[in-house]
Amino acid sequence: MLTVQSLEKRYKTGDRALTGVSFRVPRGQVVGLIGPSGAGKSSLIRCINRLIEPTGGKIMLNDTDLTRLNGAALRKARRRIGMIFQEYALVERLTVMENVLSGRLGYVSFWRSFFRRFPQTDVDKAFGLIDHVGLSDHVDKRADALSGGQRQRVGIARALEQDPELLLVDEPTASLDPKTSRQIMRLICEVCRERELPAIINIHDVVLAQMFVDRIIGLRAGAVVFDGPPADLSSDALTQIYGEEDWAAMRKEKEADAKDAADADAFETERLERMAEPA
Amino acid sequence: MTAPTRSSPGRTWRRPPALIKSPAWRIVIYGCAAVYLAAAMGSVELDWARISQGLERGARFAEGFLTPNFTTRSRDIWQGMVESITMTVTASVVGILISVPIGIGAARNIAPFPIHSLCRGVIAISRAFQEIVIAIVFVAMFGFGPFAGFLTLSFATIGFISKLLADDIEEVDEAQAEAIRSTGAGWWQIVNYAIQPQVMPRLIGLSLYRVDINFRESSVIGIVGAGGIGATLNTSMERYDYDTAGAIIILIIVFVMLAEYSSSHIRRWAQ
Amino acid sequence: MPVAPRNGQRVWTRRTHAAEWTVWAGWFALAVLFVLSWQVMNERTIWAFVQDAPRQGADLLSRAWPPRWDYVDNLWRPLWDTLNMATLGTLLGTALAVPTAFLAARNTTPSAFLLRPMALFVIVSSRSINSLIWALLLVAIIGPGILAGILSIALRSIGFIGKLLYEAIEEIDETQVEAVRATGAGRSQIIDYAIVPQILPAFAGMTVFRWDINIRESTILGLVGAGGIGLQLQSSLNTLAWSQVSVIFALILATVIASEWVSSRVRRAII
Repeated sequence: MLTVQSLEKRYKTGDRALTGVSFRVPRGQVVGLIGPSGAGKSSLIRCINRLIEPTGGKIMLNDTDLTRLNGAALRKARRRIGMIFQEYALVERLTVMENVLSGRLGYVSFWRSFFRRFPQTDVDKAFGLIDHVGLSDHVDKRADALSGGQRQRVGIARALEQDPELLLVDEPTASLDPKTSRQIMRLICEVCRERELPAIINIHDVVLAQMFVDRIIGLRAGAVVFDGPPADLSSDALTQIYGEEDWAAMRKEKEADAKDAADADAFETERLERMAEPA
Repeated sequence: MTAPTRSSPGRTWRRPPALIKSPAWRIVIYGCAAVYLAAAMGSVELDWARISQGLERGARFAEGFLTPNFTTRSRDIWQGMVESITMTVTASVVGILISVPIGIGAARNIAPFPIHSLCRGVIAISRAFQEIVIAIVFVAMFGFGPFAGFLTLSFATIGFISKLLADDIEEVDEAQAEAIRSTGAGWWQIVNYAIQPQVMPRLIGLSLYRVDINFRESSVIGIVGAGGIGATLNTSMERYDYDTAGAIIILIIVFVMLAEYSSSHIRRWAQ
Repeated sequence: MPVAPRNGQRVWTRRTHAAEWTVWAGWFALAVLFVLSWQVMNERTIWAFVQDAPRQGADLLSRAWPPRWDYVDNLWRPLWDTLNMATLGTLLGTALAVPTAFLAARNTTPSAFLLRPMALFVIVSSRSINSLIWALLLVAIIGPGILAGILSIALRSIGFIGKLLYEAIEEIDETQVEAVRATGAGRSQIIDYAIVPQILPAFAGMTVFRWDINIRESTILGLVGAGGIGLQLQSSLNTLAWSQVSVIFALILATVIASEWVSSRVRRAII
């Protein structure tokens, strides 16, 4: 369970990124965090694992107040929080396995990690996760040899390798095509339900969010302006979050997008079939 | 709708000036440059008698270059070559070993401020003087011979590698470092997992490049007494022994080419 | 394959055994080479002098300090010569390097079998030989003085600018060349319209960068008789006038810092 209480973040430049943000995420709930660019979505999830220092408020993960930790205690807390990044943020020149095992860095000593001698249980878990995300054939490939969707799967495996109690997801689908975006969102949400993991997914794509998450929090100019189930996200609510826009048209466009993606798939299958035919 | 294309007679076009837009400044700057060039040319004193005399020597040198003599002074050449290679190897190894921690310490994004400024200071000192000047001081302190050369080259290596390594670390992809930090990794683990994979290929490339430079420099610092093939070359020039000098220069070119060729191979393999 | 099934578990190691051994063997070979080189250096070094170094250093410092600042009046003329050597040498070297680079670049050379290898050879030999060695040769041939300095700076610059420039030419965007060729342009027109605009900023940058290096190098060319402030350095060293040497070092340092500042400003303005 994650509790955020009147969280504040003010940058040195004087910009107020977050003002009095409060909410609570129970076990197994997947929360979609939406809002326009610059609303503070990224700042919010980075404050939770303290990649950015909040300037006020409280963040409780189960019984730990994350805002009070420092040094080794902070690292111990970070290893309980898995994070998935927008541009995957894999270490490009390490292999898939090394990237997944890097999820254990908070648990093993420096020398162990330096010589890549991870405990066998960690390795077993890593193999399990790599199988789960469907990359068994790519264990020893370097991360820069993978496609976007495959890289994000590695990112998911790395986060889960941490045995997290909370998952923070920053724009997981921003650099993926519509079809892969759906697959990745489905994978993340399935995993969270399986493990009863609370998750906060920071996402631009409102329609995609509505398809998968349990609850939506809308952020505007650093403050929560909407908090409720996806079904309640009316055009009025969207206007409140994003400002005036033709929301019905956007939904339609999205559907067209999905149809395009399906068409593209069909085209691809057909092309493959045609290639398989004897000339 | 766009208008139909029509030719417009009498409209001229001239290429806009490339560098300096304002015409007044252009005249002033180009004028100054011309005056300076004239003054600089004027300061060159030409002694035609000496030059015509020299051309004959030049011909002899060219002859020496075409018929190099490796045998007469083979012992001196061999000794000088061994000394040069010795200095190159020891100075490169020691220099690189010292420059890696200094380079890490000089990177603003991973080192705390006092360490960062200290390491940047060391780098600035090492880069300010060129090898020859350092060699003069070290020869005066440590006596003639390869040890002074070894110290000179190590010192210069530190400035070179640390600076470029630090700049490289400052330019790493922060997202990868952030991802590793978010797993709860400690400082050493972040360096090992997020920084090292990103900068390693460049570090290997730089080190090989520096080995190359160190060999080239080792052929020069002998002129001020720091040992190596440069000392042999200097002696043979003083003796007007152009055949041997030609042989030494050919040897230097061949070695540098070999070093460059093999280092480009190793670099490709390290990618 | 680093993944190996063992006792029903899947074991993962970073490298296979063979790869692990190769890596360790490589490090071991490097260590052996280092130890051997160190021993050679050890033999050629008179350790008594090295042990004496702190005392020598202190002695040096006491003689160099305080610097004889009034000696600086004798240095302005040599400094002017030094700057001229660097600038004129850079200009001459650049003028020679440009055609060489176009002959050496794979996509612009008129003959890949004859002219390209020749141009590459010119570049490599110019790069392998330090300007101090060029000065050593040229002073012997055309006599001491600033002309020898200019020529040695120019000869060294050909290789530096030639190499960077021909690499830049080989890396240009070929589609632009294609587009210009499609208009029916001739070879020289293609160079003018499609290649020169692409390489001009890089070319200007590398010329200024080389000028900066040349300022450094020209300060010491006088050590072998090629004019400039190095001549004063040589005579002060010969008379063990360390209080003058320290003034010269300070002036060299100031010049180098100033030229680095100028070159970085100019390069930033260009890019």
